[in-house]
Amino acid sequence: MLRLGYIIIITAFLLILCDAGLGVERFPPPEFETPHPLPETTTPAARQAIYEYIDVIVLLAALGLSSYLILKKRSRRGIFILMVFSLVYFGFWREGCVCSIGAIQNITLSIFDSDYAIPIGALLFFLLPLVFTLFFGRSFCAAVCPLGAIQDLVLLRPVSVPGWLGSGLRLFAYAYLGAAVLFAATGSAFIVCRYDPFISFFRLSGSLNILILGACFLLVGAFIGRPYCRFVCPYGVILRQLSRVSKWRVTITPDECVKCRLCEDSCPFGAIKQPTAKWPAHDYDKSKKRLGLLIILLPVLVVLGGWAAAAISGSTSRVHATVRLAERIYMEEAGTVEGTTDASSAFRATGKGMEELYEEASGIRGKLALGGWVFGGFVALVGGLKLIGVSRRRRRTDYEADRASCVACGRCFEYCPKEHVRLKKAKEAGEQSE
Amino acid sequence: MVENKEDVTRRRFLRDSVWGTFLAGLGATVGFLSNKTRSSDTVWQIDPDTCVACGNCATYCVLEESAVKCVHAYAMCGYCRICFGFFGPEPADINTGAENQLCPTGAIVRTFVEDPYYEYTIDEKLCNGCGKCVKGCNTFGNGSLFLQVRHDRCLNCNECAIAAACPSGAYKRVPADKPYLLKGMDHA
Repeated sequence: MLRLGYIIIITAFLLILCDAGLGVERFPPPEFETPHPLPETTTPAARQAIYEYIDVIVLLAALGLSSYLILKKRSRRGIFILMVFSLVYFGFWREGCVCSIGAIQNITLSIFDSDYAIPIGALLFFLLPLVFTLFFGRSFCAAVCPLGAIQDLVLLRPVSVPGWLGSGLRLFAYAYLGAAVLFAATGSAFIVCRYDPFISFFRLSGSLNILILGACFLLVGAFIGRPYCRFVCPYGVILRQLSRVSKWRVTITPDECVKCRLCEDSCPFGAIKQPTAKWPAHDYDKSKKRLGLLIILLPVLVVLGGWAAAAISGSTSRVHATVRLAERIYMEEAGTVEGTTDASSAFRATGKGMEELYEEASGIRGKLALGGWVFGGFVALVGGLKLIGVSRRRRRTDYEADRASCVACGRCFEYCPKEHVRLKKAKEAGEQSE
Repeated sequence: MVENKEDVTRRRFLRDSVWGTFLAGLGATVGFLSNKTRSSDTVWQIDPDTCVACGNCATYCVLEESAVKCVHAYAMCGYCRICFGFFGPEPADINTGAENQLCPTGAIVRTFVEDPYYEYTIDEKLCNGCGKCVKGCNTFGNGSLFLQVRHDRCLNCNECAIAAACPSGAYKRVPADKPYLLKGMDHA
């Protein structure tokens, strides 16, 4: 009987309110005879804005302290302690968001999307490390970035990666940066956040795939120093370039290099460059020719790269939800697929025109195709410049840290005999003054 | 030796100009974005008018227990005896027995107010944000039950994993000082 009643009620409603809208008042709210206060809908407050400023202040303080520890104090121990603090604060306490790496996307989106207003915190998280790098080198990577910190801590048995391989793998980071900017600019996705490998550890929860990815990075990271920083991090790519021209820089030795070779193998990131030998005359001519050829070849490479990336933009555009939806609707209309998805039925319920959707999707596709040209050209250009860089030769008389690759971890300091002398002198001076 | 010195100076000049260019570039970025910043952070919220209660909120959140919960706009509720958000499609009996309930976790509490009115409240500790009740209430009732991101739980990820999986595009970034889009409250 009850069941029949239900069926009647339901059918009645379906008949009356066909294509039921949302929030229709079908049963007028009652007027109670007994006094009955309506309960309040609770609204727990979001994190207060003041904490955002605290994050920025902590970032600023950590950057300043990191720069001081690297350049002035030259203390690996201090850097290590700061690194652990950053891992705890920016990693486990703030649970990995907000971070400078992801802020690249917020910046990009706010440039391309007029409706998106960027929170001032995200802007500062993007900007401050860049400014510090321009002055002090990669002090952000050294001890402030939680992603760098977690990898630095698991580095147990460093294995050196050959220079050519490291440089080749780094091309991926440039491509990742390009893709992150491309997808953020078109409003498709924030891929850096989506595939952040360590976020699951920071939050102690997350999807299984990302957890496995993170575990792999940490496992590899036990042998190859900071694999994410060196071969993947899109922010690191920007910092590398800024660090090349920084006002101050990490030096292995506190004063003069005596070429004792002790520091040669101390860097787990392959950032220590040896003094160069004399350049043989016959070799010189050969590489001059190669250099000329590469410079001529560069535009060809760029066009090829752009063309290749634009050619696959049809499938990359599916990252955007609107394009996916439009394709689905098109297939449903053409009858090539059966049934509907949540997305397609939600779209049909809105009553929006299909032509409008198709137009929007083709607009996004056009943007991604154009972006594909820029992206492919950019990656090819970087690859080409890398090849040219191989042919370029620079003379070095001392052991020095490569400006771009050095993450200022401070490991090499204690390998330098001159550093030991400096510490001893400082200690003696301290004792005398007492 | 003289040549070498010149070389160093030239290199230094080049480096300084690149340095200046980078700094100017950063300055230009700030200048360009300065009128596009907002002082307060943004948070994720579900627009209840767009939400289709598909159930993705329960499964896609990066938290093990979703930050999305069902909330109740009591002023819109009809206080029905037979609530389509509370009872399953074919309840054996009109009582609060678990077998009659739609909610998989039994998070809706049904209390008698006066004949024939019953009040339905959400026990948020039990709610997993699956939206089954929301669907029932929207389809057959007043639509007073709806899903909201609860900001005491939400981590405010830069890219919300549920937003990426939302089939109807109901997720929005809203200002942190107005973090809820409540039904029947003019989005206060």
